[in-house]
Amino acid sequence: MSTPQHQMQQQAAPAPNWQGTPGTSYTSPIPITRTHLGHALASEWTKIKSVRSTMWTLGVFVLLVVGIGFLVAAQTTNEDFTDVPYTVPAFFGLILGQICLITLGVLVVSSEYGTGMIRTTFTASPQRYRVLTAKLMIFFVVAFVVSALSIGVVGLITSGMHGGSSDNEWGGTVLMGALYVSLLGVLALAVGSMLRHSAGAITAMLGVVLVPAILPAFLLMSESMRTIGEKMLEYNAPNALARIFQIDNDNGNGSSQLVLLVGVTAAAIAGAYALLEKRDV
Amino acid sequence: MIEAVGLTKRYGDKTAVYNLSFQVRPGSVTGFLGPNGSGKSTTMRMILGLDNPSSGQVTIGGYPYRKLPNAPRQVGALLDAKAVHGGRHARNHLLCLAQLSGIPARRVDEVLGVVGLQDVAKKRSKGFSLGMGQRLGIAAALLGDPQVLLFDEPVNGLDPEGILWVRNLMKSLAAEGRTVFVSSHLMSEMAVTADHLIVIGRGQLLADMSVRDFISHNSADFARVRTPETEPQQREKLTAALTEAGGQVLPEQDGALRVMGLPLPRISDLAHSADVRLWELSPHQASLEEAYMRMTQGAVDYRSTIDQRAGLQQELPPGAMAPQQMPVPGQGQPGWYAPPPPQQGGQPFAMPQAQPPAGPPSGPYGASAAPGAGEPNPYAQPAGATPAAAPAQHSSAAPDLTKPEDAR
Repeated sequence: MSTPQHQMQQQAAPAPNWQGTPGTSYTSPIPITRTHLGHALASEWTKIKSVRSTMWTLGVFVLLVVGIGFLVAAQTTNEDFTDVPYTVPAFFGLILGQICLITLGVLVVSSEYGTGMIRTTFTASPQRYRVLTAKLMIFFVVAFVVSALSIGVVGLITSGMHGGSSDNEWGGTVLMGALYVSLLGVLALAVGSMLRHSAGAITAMLGVVLVPAILPAFLLMSESMRTIGEKMLEYNAPNALARIFQIDNDNGNGSSQLVLLVGVTAAAIAGAYALLEKRDV
Repeated sequence: MIEAVGLTKRYGDKTAVYNLSFQVRPGSVTGFLGPNGSGKSTTMRMILGLDNPSSGQVTIGGYPYRKLPNAPRQVGALLDAKAVHGGRHARNHLLCLAQLSGIPARRVDEVLGVVGLQDVAKKRSKGFSLGMGQRLGIAAALLGDPQVLLFDEPVNGLDPEGILWVRNLMKSLAAEGRTVFVSSHLMSEMAVTADHLIVIGRGQLLADMSVRDFISHNSADFARVRTPETEPQQREKLTAALTEAGGQVLPEQDGALRVMGLPLPRISDLAHSADVRLWELSPHQASLEEAYMRMTQGAVDYRSTIDQRAGLQQELPPGAMAPQQMPVPGQGQPGWYAPPPPQQGGQPFAMPQAQPPAGPPSGPYGASAAPGAGEPNPYAQPAGATPAAAPAQHSSAAPDLTKPEDAR
């Protein structure tokens, strides 16, 4: 540290000649290529697989879906599956497991804001929309593959235990269930990008998932709120999953709930892009 | 080359950077100085396109940063050593940055070697010391072999070997014809590293000149002369002789004299002919630190006050005298850092509270010769309104001057 007593040697600084060198600018011998989305995808893939939070959240997710699914399958009889698909045991794990995907979705982006890594990232790629696009794509693929595999494993276990008791097609429920929870995660990512704060974004997403499931109990008590309460009851996340797994057979297969989630997610992504370009980091 | 034109950044009603225009040229190390909160980091962030300027623009090689086709190959930056995800290996951190700009993975191992982190490449960066974090940040900046490099406080937390390494690295990068823009608080570092200086205070340009010009513009060299303490009349005799010969003489607190405007041999000759013995005759060359302190003294936002420790003491009975504290060097002593400028006649620091109320302030920052600061700063506080930070209870001591915040 420079103490007041310390006298510095000015002679050490060579006489500057900065005005005389305008043409001698350095150029790297390695050719510069234009960057594209593929670079950002490779980078985000490295990022998502090199942090522990990914392993933890996805590990807990698989454990919940497959573990609870296995327990449910073991506790049920063949007659229980006469008019539901074999993937129904995965439903109970997904109700809890969706929180893991929400957490991961938020962390994929908000951990960068929390650590300051986002400044390094946006310095390395000033095309911010490209980074967010890569994050959304990589996260969606990872979440979809992991959840589809988990639900599929539960379906296989159940069909192995209770073979021949159900003639319901269950391949569609694997895809729709995985799509629903992955989209919830993507929504969480978009919310995380807008709020930039891990705890805040996770709390907001838990509110989105849980409040519509709890609030109707109060809304249905009052006459004027009854319609809103019924809509909430119909479109909340746990109920949407129940429809997808055909637990509630007479009210469709959950495609309208899925469409609503797609709409909400698209709106959140649009908001995230708009804020991303405008705000300072 | 970095070129800023009329760069302004406002956060609400706080103006962080106001109308900043400068150029950073290739082939030399350009230092970027300013007190804490003067807008250095904001400026750096605007150069890198992280913050959008409220008005004005900054370009690198003619392009705004966010329009560069492959930014990391043209500009490398170290903004904050802690701006990494702590859970990631050093190598993976660099790898994901390399992949973003299409740099092959073997380049990552190369720069890890350059900064000396190859042994901890597979360690999570959470456990890195500040110095290791700085090295990792420098590795990230070097990754794309860029022609423009920005470093924000690169030597923070580095060991002496690392400081020397960074100094030589920056010089060699500049010698290759790259543009190197470095901010630092360490004046001694800047003095030996930078060729050119850009100094800002309260978000405005105070100086844009070579280090040598900066020092000669903002401080005066002087000679310290000490006569035998046992014979005070000798001192007066010498003062008279020196003043007669055209020198400026100022007494120091410990009895020595500051002589300006006369070369050392001439002082010795004058003393000899006046028949005065000298105990000390030493040249005092102004340092970058002094020049910097003089220039930015009016633009420091955060000043420390002397710790009175009154809050810890029991209340003294009425009439009792508080124990007189021994003065600590550099604490609250006027003129410790810098010789008084000739034009201000013995008032070492043009502190606002020391000025006569009728006298107009000499400039927005008190530094009258600041080029580029001719335009009045609408955001600078008027000198009279600056709160007197030092408590006034030490009436016996010299005018209580607060210690400039950067003097560590």
